[in-house]
Amino acid sequence: MAYEFWGYVRPDGQVGCRNHVAVIPSVTCAGDVASAIVRQVAGTVGYFHHQGCCQLPPDLDRVTETLISLGKSPNVAAALVVSLGCEGTDHERLVEEIQKTGKPVRCIHIQELGGVSAAIKAGTDAAQELVMEVSGNRRQSVGIDRVTMSIKCGGSDTTSGMASNCVIGYVADKLVDLGAAVVFGEVTEFLGGEHLLAQRAVTPQVGDRILEIVNNMETRARSLGCDMRKGQPTPGNIAGGLSSIEEKSLGAIVKSGTRPIQGVLEYPEAIGNRKGLWIKETPGREPEILTGMAATGAQFMMFSTGRGAPQGFPTMPVLKVCGNPHTFARMSHDMDINAGRIITGEKSIEEVGEEAFSAILDLLSGRQTKNETLGYHSSIDIYTMGPVI
Amino acid sequence: MEEAKIALKVNEKDNVATIFAQGVGDGCTVILRDRKGTAQPLAVSGDIPYGHKIAVEDIPAGAPVIKYGERIGVASRDIRKGEYVHVHNLDSMRGRGDLPAGKEH
Repeated sequence: MAYEFWGYVRPDGQVGCRNHVAVIPSVTCAGDVASAIVRQVAGTVGYFHHQGCCQLPPDLDRVTETLISLGKSPNVAAALVVSLGCEGTDHERLVEEIQKTGKPVRCIHIQELGGVSAAIKAGTDAAQELVMEVSGNRRQSVGIDRVTMSIKCGGSDTTSGMASNCVIGYVADKLVDLGAAVVFGEVTEFLGGEHLLAQRAVTPQVGDRILEIVNNMETRARSLGCDMRKGQPTPGNIAGGLSSIEEKSLGAIVKSGTRPIQGVLEYPEAIGNRKGLWIKETPGREPEILTGMAATGAQFMMFSTGRGAPQGFPTMPVLKVCGNPHTFARMSHDMDINAGRIITGEKSIEEVGEEAFSAILDLLSGRQTKNETLGYHSSIDIYTMGPVI
Repeated sequence: MEEAKIALKVNEKDNVATIFAQGVGDGCTVILRDRKGTAQPLAVSGDIPYGHKIAVEDIPAGAPVIKYGERIGVASRDIRKGEYVHVHNLDSMRGRGDLPAGKEH
């Protein structure tokens, strides 16, 4: 069966499921101006990160590259870059690279314009013009193979690995088989299960790379000289019954399904036209992984939870799949799919998986997720490696 | 409606199962189910919260604790069949900067 959805076909051939004007501060210091513009102009959303200056060159490049990938991502119809004027990121390159997609892009400079109030005025006018330009874009029917799904689990408990992650794994396999792309991350949550992932790598080199990124993460954690269990699993995970990072990981990797792993993407990297199942090198914490996954170019995320994690992202709808039937009952206004019925024995993994797949086709065609309707979408930050100096 | 007191075992190699019932306490009996659909009673010693684990066989100190057919840590003391298994008697072996080099895994 051919599955289709109603999406926005961009000038570069990518397909969006949302039509946002993104306001992108090139540095955290431009965030307040960007935020005033977003408050004023309907149809805009902001990437309010906290990076972009007084960092070492590899991190500054990483911030620039991540912002470029976010600007290029398919749910962004047009972009307004807000530059301070003395930042460490390369805001000129940021503008040029996003322009290469053929989308409308504008840029304002706070220092050059004479300060905050002048920049808010100029930025508001520019953002309004961009919204007028793109808000009439029409959706077209496109095939599901144009989609990249990102996946994550957060606020996990023991139901995650036994219900909600199984549902995501079912959908991941189905999407891969239909010719789409799926990306998962959270390298910390490979610890204890990395051998199972390495066995699924398409080449020995990819398998070695998976083991290498896990080793790098574990070495960083171990270098602090304490039991990782003080931070992972989190206190909430432990209260939910998860006893070790190994247990959390083995439950977490269930959501990647069973298909071969094609390779490992760098954190700022966009997936482009690559298909199949991929890993992205991200930590587990929400703001950094949601940002990294949106930078991948994923149109949406499937997010599994047991304790009840409500976060969304400015441009990437996040569909919450809840494995714990009690949490779903308590938080039904935050949770989209009730996988708790697998725990109670009312439904099978396949039945809830098909229900979720159908919800995804609606989501891609414009139906809002619970966190979109509530505007809970400020979980954004860029994962950097070195010190702030 | 009273919830059936279920303990779910994911893989046949597992020596723990997960309790999906409220009010599981000392002297209770839970129904131990596996993915093949077989069910057998298991006597509980001590209180076990919803979503937490129970030993389905004796696990001596130092032996691996198995869930999903894989190692999730080692028993930090002798655990008897029917006992609660969590951070008080299960040690993680990964990311342990507090242990001397070579003591992990």
